[in-house]
Amino acid sequence: MNTHKILPMLAIAGILFFSCSDDDDAPAVINPEELITTITVTLTSGNSTITLKSFDEDGGDGPTAPVVTVSGNLTANTTYSGEILLQDESVSPAEIVNEEVEGEADEHQFFFESANNLNITTSYSDTEADYIAGGSTNPVGVKFELVTTDVSTGAFTVTLRHTPKKPNDGTLSDAGGDTDIAQSFPITIE
Amino acid sequence: MKRFTLITVFLLGVTFSSAQDCDKTLTGKVIDFHDGVPLKGAKITFNDQMIVTDTEGNYTITNLCAISYAFTVSHEDCNSQVVTINIAKVRSKDFYLEHHLSELEEVKVDGAQQNKTSSSQEETINKNIIERYSSGSLGDALREITGVSSLNTGATIVKPIIQGLNGSRVLIMNNGVRMQDMEWGDEHAPNVDINTAGNVTVVKGAGALRYGGDAIGGVIVMEPSKAPIKDTLMGKTVLTGASNGRGGAISSEIIRAYETGWFVKAQGTLKRFGDVEAPDYILSNTGVFEKGISASFGVNKFTYGWDAYYSFYNNKIGVLSASHIGNVDDLIDAINSQEPAIIRDFTYDIENPRQEVTHHLGRLRYFKRFEKFGKWTTQYDFQRNERLEFDVRQSEELRKIPGIDLELTTHTITSDFKIDANSEYVLDFGVLLRYQENFADPATEVKRLIPDYDKYDAGMFLTGEYDINDNMVIDAGIRYDFNQIDAQKFYQKTRWNERRYDVDFNDLIIEDAGTQWLTNPKLEYHNISTTAGLNYSFKDVYNLRFNYALAQRAPNPSELFSDGLHHSAARIELGDLRIDQETSHKISLSLQKSSDTWGWEIAPYANIINDYILLEPTGVELSNRGAFPVWEYRQTNVQLLGLDTKIYAQWHHNWKTNHSFSIVKGKETDNDIPLINMPAPNITNRITFQKEEWFGLSASLESQYHFRQNEFPPNIDVFSVRRGENVLLEINTPPPAYHLLNASIDVALPLWKQNTLKMGLTINNIVNENYRNYLNRQRYFADDVGRNFLLRLTFNY
Repeated sequence: MNTHKILPMLAIAGILFFSCSDDDDAPAVINPEELITTITVTLTSGNSTITLKSFDEDGGDGPTAPVVTVSGNLTANTTYSGEILLQDESVSPAEIVNEEVEGEADEHQFFFESANNLNITTSYSDTEADYIAGGSTNPVGVKFELVTTDVSTGAFTVTLRHTPKKPNDGTLSDAGGDTDIAQSFPITIE
Repeated sequence: MKRFTLITVFLLGVTFSSAQDCDKTLTGKVIDFHDGVPLKGAKITFNDQMIVTDTEGNYTITNLCAISYAFTVSHEDCNSQVVTINIAKVRSKDFYLEHHLSELEEVKVDGAQQNKTSSSQEETINKNIIERYSSGSLGDALREITGVSSLNTGATIVKPIIQGLNGSRVLIMNNGVRMQDMEWGDEHAPNVDINTAGNVTVVKGAGALRYGGDAIGGVIVMEPSKAPIKDTLMGKTVLTGASNGRGGAISSEIIRAYETGWFVKAQGTLKRFGDVEAPDYILSNTGVFEKGISASFGVNKFTYGWDAYYSFYNNKIGVLSASHIGNVDDLIDAINSQEPAIIRDFTYDIENPRQEVTHHLGRLRYFKRFEKFGKWTTQYDFQRNERLEFDVRQSEELRKIPGIDLELTTHTITSDFKIDANSEYVLDFGVLLRYQENFADPATEVKRLIPDYDKYDAGMFLTGEYDINDNMVIDAGIRYDFNQIDAQKFYQKTRWNERRYDVDFNDLIIEDAGTQWLTNPKLEYHNISTTAGLNYSFKDVYNLRFNYALAQRAPNPSELFSDGLHHSAARIELGDLRIDQETSHKISLSLQKSSDTWGWEIAPYANIINDYILLEPTGVELSNRGAFPVWEYRQTNVQLLGLDTKIYAQWHHNWKTNHSFSIVKGKETDNDIPLINMPAPNITNRITFQKEEWFGLSASLESQYHFRQNEFPPNIDVFSVRRGENVLLEINTPPPAYHLLNASIDVALPLWKQNTLKMGLTINNIVNENYRNYLNRQRYFADDVGRNFLLRLTFNY
């Protein structure tokens, strides 16, 4: 006696069921915003320029490992002025990502670490005030100074932290925050 | 509502004058059919005798003759019913009474009716336990069941594990609807409010074929309390306050029912907690804000009925701030550090990383009974599950956009016919049609972890149950399911080649999108599941259950398509298009004795799974952000051997103890390597003092000992950018064993008329033990939660 009630119900259900199944629009491609394919550290001392470069063609979640190149050896007992360039080369023309770091200079900081046996010390050459109006004197590290002493070899690591504690004592453990970049370069001082 | 039930058992006409030994005894329990709660103070009278059930609902009738008796059983709110029992054959019967009048105008006397299957290992938690976990989650409450544990992400994301298996291997039936809530991710908890359930049954294993054929782990069946067929207005409110997290929950339900069978029901829950605390520090950003409402109405008559049900669930969950890490060096630092890297002051604010999940569920159901034949039920259900995961991203604007934004829409029609007119057998035949669509919103500006897809399922089953005699039941069933998944997925060209898909699957490419391929994988699976089992009761107090189940499960979208950096877990997860379905053979046995004074259950099982799909850390991939751990899905043959045991003893009228132990050992059969994420053995001992006269006082002290998991897969060597060398990443090493003490005390105060107020105080982790749980994904970063006082008020009106 109630079958005549259930039939319309089933019909409605059926319409809902099948009306949703012809959705074949191709999904939109996503090119991630946060990509940094290329890190270039330029070290200049007088006429000598050494370039440290890391190029990762497919970004953070691609399988290809970054290609790390160092253009030459550093000279012992020399002071270099360093500058970091971040780029997204997956787009053409390449996008310079430095702007994002510099625009939020108060939320970013580069850190430099040398393996124990590598005779390098670094110091910051810039402050937040260089990039943002009314910025503090806390360092950012897009520009820095690198001093070599005795002949040695080892890894030199560049880390960019986002929202670190500022000011901090210059170590990663004190600064905390999120790692945007971490790459090490094999360095020889001769 | 009054818990007091009156049963009158009359001795009716069948009186034999032949000389027999009238020394037979009938024992059993009187139990509320809705929620499994024993009914105390039930009166059983026959001839001039009167027997009253005790606080546990037990009754014993002595000096019966070996003849058939026709018992009339009545309830103060019900019409009297007549049940005939042959005392020559039956010594023990549990009476399942409709505490409220139900659609069935008869009293349940068959113990098997309460169960979802006859032969599988099963256990039900009743509404008393559910109320105790009113401010918690389904996964927390289910841990009360021996053999059920949970995979946690912090204290608030709790995925049930049944006998070692979780995720897509565990089906959750919410009010007759199979939950479609992206159960595939480790940090995706079921999107259900436990307060919507009147009782929850766990079927361990794939024996309950009517719910699905792929329940290799088991089925969790959540059932609402039924509306009575009488003119009434009733309700319940549960208020819970907790010291840890400094929050609470309120849950209320109200039912209006009519003699004609019409009913209207509404229920709502609100939960708000701030940061929870470990013994030594605050676990920053672990708050939750959960909202749930549900409503239903319909007609429930004996011959037919229909109802409409809708529920809405929304949960905002904070994920421990310190668990957001950048790369493998950060993970190494976290594992080596004893304290989380970020500890802030207590707050109710929920910041990134966080999840926001929303689940809509709508259902229309119709049933009709055919006289002397059976019952036909047809149902349509609709579900929409939205999952947003907000991550710590590079800029303020990006942090407002979720990194994962998935919308899963499911339509299902099921119909089944149950032939139950013959008292000796029951046959159930059913079909299912389902369409599902997943949409991954590109507005995230993060590559989709799960692609857009359409999925079509069709299934049919036939199950049967045959009563060989009063003590023996056999059951069997078979089910076929077809699944087709039609996805549109972008693959990075480098990933495509690294997976060697360029060798096998280049025909799936439909478009060249620069650095990515757009592909259209269409995958089909045919699954067969069968089960057979036996239930045998003997010597009054013993029950034996044996079950064999063969189940096949098709891979879920995560196992097939995962591809990329999972920001919330800081790991790269890689699925594989080549993954095929897994096949489980499970044998389970359960032998139990239950008498008034003591009882036990011993339940061993063996689950042999061919082509088991597992996710495990395999190495790292390097990028300019450092090294990320890679977790890959692969298939292998495994076996899980386990044992669940329980003992209870009623030492004295007021004193009772319960003891349980469960263990499961999982390993790959080909190479003897232990499986990842297997629950460690645990022992629970509880002593309970009950005194009915003191406002129904019940006080208990519980000890839980969790052994260390000594069987785990090997750790992996990873390249540390910062250290410039390979280091051992102790990603699999389990934390030490731990012991927790919990206590609780409950009383019930009668208010005016039929209203009662129940009060309960629970203290968890009394000694404020510092511990970490192997099955908590945040064990690398922080201790588990410390001491917690919970005060609970339940009003019944």
